[in-house]
Amino acid sequence: MLVHSRAGKWGTWALFLLLFVPLFAVPLLVIVAASFSTNWSGAFPSGPTAGNYTAATSGDSLQALTTSLVTALCASLLALALGTWAALAAASLRKPGKRLLDALFMLPVAVPSVVVGLAVLVAFSKPPLLLNGTRWIVILAHTVLVTAFAYQSVAAAIRRLDPMYEQAAASLGARPAHVLWRIKLPLLLPSLTAAAGLCFALSMGELSATMMLYPPDWTPLPVQIFAATDRGSLFTGAAVSVVLMGTTLLVLLAVSRIRTRASYR
Amino acid sequence: MASAVTTTSRGQGRGRAGWVWALPPVAVLAVVLLYPLALVVQQSVTPDEGSTSLTPYADVFASESFRSALGTTVWLAVGSTVGCLVLGFALALVIAFVPFPGGKAVAKFIDVFLSFPSFLITLALLFIYGTVGMANGVWTDATGASEGPFHFLTTPWGVLLAEITYFTPFVMRPLLAAFSQLDTAQLEVASSLGARPARIVRKVILPEALPALAAGGSLVLVMCLNEFGIVLFTGAKDVTTLPMLVYGKAILESDYPAACVVAVVNIALSVGLYTLYRTVSRRVGA
Repeated sequence: MLVHSRAGKWGTWALFLLLFVPLFAVPLLVIVAASFSTNWSGAFPSGPTAGNYTAATSGDSLQALTTSLVTALCASLLALALGTWAALAAASLRKPGKRLLDALFMLPVAVPSVVVGLAVLVAFSKPPLLLNGTRWIVILAHTVLVTAFAYQSVAAAIRRLDPMYEQAAASLGARPAHVLWRIKLPLLLPSLTAAAGLCFALSMGELSATMMLYPPDWTPLPVQIFAATDRGSLFTGAAVSVVLMGTTLLVLLAVSRIRTRASYR
Repeated sequence: MASAVTTTSRGQGRGRAGWVWALPPVAVLAVVLLYPLALVVQQSVTPDEGSTSLTPYADVFASESFRSALGTTVWLAVGSTVGCLVLGFALALVIAFVPFPGGKAVAKFIDVFLSFPSFLITLALLFIYGTVGMANGVWTDATGASEGPFHFLTTPWGVLLAEITYFTPFVMRPLLAAFSQLDTAQLEVASSLGARPARIVRKVILPEALPALAAGGSLVLVMCLNEFGIVLFTGAKDVTTLPMLVYGKAILESDYPAACVVAVVNIALSVGLYTLYRTVSRRVGA
């Protein structure tokens, strides 16, 4: 407790709310409010309507939602497989090797997403791997971008793992594959699902690399939101944004439920 | 001596088997990231004729648009980082040391906030401070003027506001983690000896928070340098950052050598800073 007087406490809290509410709560509320209106030129939005949601859940926007879901699902599963494998392999290496793998797999965090998009575009627009113009180039770029986060969270979980369990299993004669499958992976399961949720959320909101790469028949939600706001339909854009936030939250919630069930095992 | 020898040889055996297992993911990464990045570097020194030369670099460095984009990117990133550090420190301080009912919910809210894409903030700011938005609407209703006073959204200040809003939680999270490990007895002792809150913050809390501030601040600096969505959504013609320039050169102008030059500069800038961040956070163990 830093402030003891009653007045001081209330003053601090008032200042906190004064900063916190307009900066963080209002933007999200504003988007939700705007998604239900047709006009906003006063203190409050006007022209209540659900029409924006009809536009946001039909036609192009509905297709964008399925596009985003498929992309995010593929990218997060691929990234989880790749990141977990790399993190497990790195854990069995000694210091220099571990450092090298850390550096390699954290590279996509440091490299700007737009540049990752440009690099993927340059590399896969010509044979032998001609992916430009297909959905696979978008999924590939998303996988590259989120692998770093999968690697990071699984590597952190492995560091926290108690080595006693695998040593006990190995001393009882379990082969390495058995130890991995029956001991390590079950113990890591909560972190794996958390990492999957993180990757999914990041991929759902990815815009930078996608803007460089998306083919006309594979436009994810963020691109759809940009297209809507760019042509001036801010209110439809707000409704599509709410759909994006809602879907992301639902998936994160579902993933956290898997996590709690796994941690009781 | 004999045991030392066997330990080393076993260690080497383990290392070799470990490398065999590390190869497949590294190979995949090489194909999908390292090879593309190498092509970008190669493309940046190969103008259209196919001969290797540094003329693309000379052209880009000489262009006014690149210089102003570099300047804008750096000052926006530094400004946002300073803003995030000050704001994040103040907010985390209140959550941790002047606890109030609902503080846990606020911390949860911040976690949720982090999982949303950045451009939503700019979209929200358009409704709040846009030309026909909330703030200008209230102003014109109250004063009868034909237009409101808020036009900063399409200037760098709008980008700065959006970046501070979006990235502050990235500073708050490591800070809250660091504060939760701080022994509150220290604060009580300092307080009972008559130290005023400002002095406690400066002498007790700030030194403990420095590693987390350094780690969070450098992460935010890198993310601001790489930010694209916020700048794209403001739609301002005169706010061009390096990622915007990469996008513009490659997609709008189809000038790939120039785009690759800007990309190489951007990579050098942010990978350099990121290496610094990793070194700092490893040294302080954050």
